[in-house]
Amino acid sequence: MIAAPHRIDLRADHGAAASVRSVPAAVETLRLRKRYGKVEALRGVDLRAEAGSVFGLLGPNGAGKTTAVRILTTLLAPDDGSAHVAGFDVVRDAAKVRERIGLAGQYAAVDENLTGFENLEMVGRLYHLGRAPSRDRARELLSSFDLTEAGDRLVGTYSGGMRRRLDLAAALVARPPVLFLDEPTTGLDIRSRIDLWDAIEALVSEGTTVLLTTQDLDEADRLADRIVVIDHGLVIAEGTPAELKMQVGGERLDIHLCDGGRGEEALGVLSPIASDRPFLEDGSVRVPVAQRRGTIADAVRRLDDAEIAIDDISVTTPTLDDVFLTLTGRPAEQEPEEAEVLAK
Amino acid sequence: MTALTYGVSDTLVLAKRSLLRIRRQPDLLVGFTVQPILFILLFVYVLGGAIQTPGFDYVDFLMPGIIVQSIAFGGFVTALGLADDLKKGLMDRFRSLPMARSALLTGRTLSDVGTNIFQIAVMISVGLLIGFNFSSSVAEVIAGLALLLLIGYAFSWVFAFIGLSSSSPEASNAFGFTILFPVTFVSSAFVPVASMPSWLQPIAEHNPFTYMVNATRALFLGIPAGDNVWLALVWTLGIIAVFAPLSVWKYRRVVTQ
Repeated sequence: MIAAPHRIDLRADHGAAASVRSVPAAVETLRLRKRYGKVEALRGVDLRAEAGSVFGLLGPNGAGKTTAVRILTTLLAPDDGSAHVAGFDVVRDAAKVRERIGLAGQYAAVDENLTGFENLEMVGRLYHLGRAPSRDRARELLSSFDLTEAGDRLVGTYSGGMRRRLDLAAALVARPPVLFLDEPTTGLDIRSRIDLWDAIEALVSEGTTVLLTTQDLDEADRLADRIVVIDHGLVIAEGTPAELKMQVGGERLDIHLCDGGRGEEALGVLSPIASDRPFLEDGSVRVPVAQRRGTIADAVRRLDDAEIAIDDISVTTPTLDDVFLTLTGRPAEQEPEEAEVLAK
Repeated sequence: MTALTYGVSDTLVLAKRSLLRIRRQPDLLVGFTVQPILFILLFVYVLGGAIQTPGFDYVDFLMPGIIVQSIAFGGFVTALGLADDLKKGLMDRFRSLPMARSALLTGRTLSDVGTNIFQIAVMISVGLLIGFNFSSSVAEVIAGLALLLLIGYAFSWVFAFIGLSSSSPEASNAFGFTILFPVTFVSSAFVPVASMPSWLQPIAEHNPFTYMVNATRALFLGIPAGDNVWLALVWTLGIIAVFAPLSVWKYRRVVTQ
């Protein structure tokens, strides 16, 4: 369990100074393009993450998420378009951007041959915090991420969850106003994921801007204030999680009949209350509805009148999985062939 | 602090990191010590009897050559380390930090100087135990040791470039040992060039390793150096002048998998 990182002052002097300069957006890109050989990883992407928010970049493998993060963290130069982070151009003012960002990724970029403490101290020194402050900060972060006991052990002996926590801690060493998390919980068990989510939420409550990429729709739904879905290098949808769900058509009535053979009959009975064409799926009757209120009672009455017995009935709200399926024509987990090529 | 003092402090921080790694990976230490010692013993006691080195005991002839060869490969840790940083994603972290762009490389190559000093000390100790003698002035021996360290430093930059250019630690291993290792043998390191077939002699004579070995031999054994010391210096500084900027250029563009 991660002991609440919000107890520490995560907004240090230079972080606070950055916000005083009234930066318009923490992250902003305009018509960002990047091509690898023949493959266009980004085909003109506009992103805008407000300061102090969690911005979710969602898409399947190879959609261009990691390319976007690599450009925003100055690791890769864009071919065209512009990108600003904390008010600075990532190409012209790369050094200033690097002073103001933290990066944690799916690979847990920590040195296995150093202890947890040595890793964080080294990162502090490389942010030029100075020797003593680097050590103090390392101890502070080890304690926030429940790694104090393991602090003097080589990272090679850490579990996957511990490494990921150390990786996130390393990204926070300089209290950066903008934090990039590239699929931070990929491959973690549920417990470790929830711990990391708690830690990220605590950071955001202290004013850090987080740009999060994920393939995991639950994660985006839980953490992000605003989501951009990209696919094949283009933004295909944008909005709050609720807005995106609205795009898919709101709520749906799911009814399981005692006699599965009467499904077609039930569709006819329920079509007057449907907002869209009802259909059969997995042996259940699915009825898109415009509003939740009174729907179940209405449906039960109609089926009862038709003497069709109900085994189970419920109203489901669409998940981001549904959003993704609707937008791209395939589920989020499924990797298109182009994406595999692109990933290489 | 200025950019320069940041650069120096970043370099020291990363050199410390590399040295800690060597201390914690005993197999690397074995590579530095046991392997060169075994080579010395094999050459002196197994092959030495069959190699004619007119004017020298074989152990005196061999020691400068085998030290130059080992020191040139001392920088191999840099290739392995950089390839490992690339593979594990640490390169992304370093490149996203506000540290000097050259610091990861200057840090690693500086830590190689430390391991090279250790390696030279081990090899010379073993040499002295089995009959090697310095037959030159103290100043010449010191100049010889300084030249060895400079040679080691130059090859660290070659290995830095190899490490940044290869897809994995294994690939950089293969590249280093299939290309560089034979090149060190076609030189005056282990046998007199005059004993080679006539078509091979010009290649061996102009091999930069030959200049480096001849220069070290002259400085350690007190024989006339000719142009060898100057040629060795020019080659060594030339390698640094080419591979240091090339490696930094590569580091700034490198893409992790």
